[in-house]
Amino acid sequence: MTKGLSIIGAVLGLAIAAGAATGQDAQQKALNDATKARQAQMQLYAFNLGQLGAMAKGDVAYDSAAASAAATNLASLARLDQSRLWPEGSDEMGVEGSRTLPALWENLPDVMSKGSDLVTAATAMEAAAGTDLASLQAAMGAVGGSCGACHKAYRVPSN
Amino acid sequence: MIRSLTYLAALGALVLGGGLWLTAPERVDPDALSGLVGVPARGKAVFDAGGCASCHAAEGATGEARLILSGGRAFATPFGTFRAPNISQDPDHGIGDWGLADLVDAMRYGTSPQGQHYYPAFPYAAYSRATLQDIADLQAYLVTLPADATPDQPHDLGFPFTIRRGLGLWKALYLDDEWTVTGDLTEAETRGRYLAEALGHCAECHTPRGPLGGLARERWMGGAPNPSGSGTIPNITPARLDWSEADILAYFTSGFTPEYDTAGGSMADVVQNLAQLPEADRAALAAYLKRLAPVD
Repeated sequence: MTKGLSIIGAVLGLAIAAGAATGQDAQQKALNDATKARQAQMQLYAFNLGQLGAMAKGDVAYDSAAASAAATNLASLARLDQSRLWPEGSDEMGVEGSRTLPALWENLPDVMSKGSDLVTAATAMEAAAGTDLASLQAAMGAVGGSCGACHKAYRVPSN
Repeated sequence: MIRSLTYLAALGALVLGGGLWLTAPERVDPDALSGLVGVPARGKAVFDAGGCASCHAAEGATGEARLILSGGRAFATPFGTFRAPNISQDPDHGIGDWGLADLVDAMRYGTSPQGQHYYPAFPYAAYSRATLQDIADLQAYLVTLPADATPDQPHDLGFPFTIRRGLGLWKALYLDDEWTVTGDLTEAETRGRYLAEALGHCAECHTPRGPLGGLARERWMGGAPNPSGSGTIPNITPARLDWSEADILAYFTSGFTPEYDTAGGSMADVVQNLAQLPEADRAALAAYLKRLAPVD
């Protein structure tokens, strides 16, 4: 009897431990997934900026339709609902490959304001990109500035 | 015995005198400044190229607040922690009571109005190459900026770096007005050299230093440990930086790398300043970088 109880106790204990482990794994996976998703979004920003930047630099001939398409993508990306992409804990310590500083979660109003600066700059680019090359070139600075402002404040430096 | 003592005393006096002479702070000859008239609009370009706001604006200041030069930013270095002083127009806590000679003494000779040496965390070893006209223009621009009454914070240094007089020796070793990149330069490369080696003081971070804190010019722009933080500042000579001039110009304008990542760390501030310059100046800097001797 005593033996039977202790076996049941041991099985229960195992089950609880396994449950806790599964919960932890699921939580970690959620943090990893969100990090991967926002990094993918950054890649999409970079790809579309690359289309615009190549024209701004003169590496590629200016093409109004292609510039408009890239700028529309950029602005759409900037307007995506990112509220699920930045769960607390998905910082450089919590997720392998994350370069987000914990300070991001301590300064959410500032993060939101920097995010809305990007929307403003990307919207201006959307209006400028199809107009002519000079307008596109003039709009690059504000986009770069808004990306850089957030990176400077909330990203681990790369070197 | 008495004779040798006399010799010794004479020798001592000579060494002391020599030392005092060698370490005495220098000043500009006021005659050199007569007739100079500063233009504020040109001074703003000097201000941006020199990156004054990057150190002298309050930590984290953005937008118009970067024109309030209240100081206070801390720079942790192997010699101790330096704190940028207030250089706003407040006459008591800033430099509102400075004349042109005071600004020239500070920037070209690292000498304060009280005749003391400044620590070379203030990059006068680069500004020593600035033209008097540029400093006059800068002075004319600075007086248009706001006053702020934030008092200076003291530096936090260890002995013997607390002895300012000793900096005279440092200056004798490292302060000159020679260019590092020499040879037959185009007009753009010459302008780029002036912007990089005099005003922009790029080498202060991008060139490694010797044990006494002087720049190792044989490794000019060859990358170095971060002088005030962790990590390294990259090698930007053609040995490592394979960006085209158009890539470099785009980076100085928008902050985007050829991969469309952004400038990080202190370079984000630098790009913010460079973006204010005329495009021809940014292109000149890019042309200059291409002329650097490769450092492996």
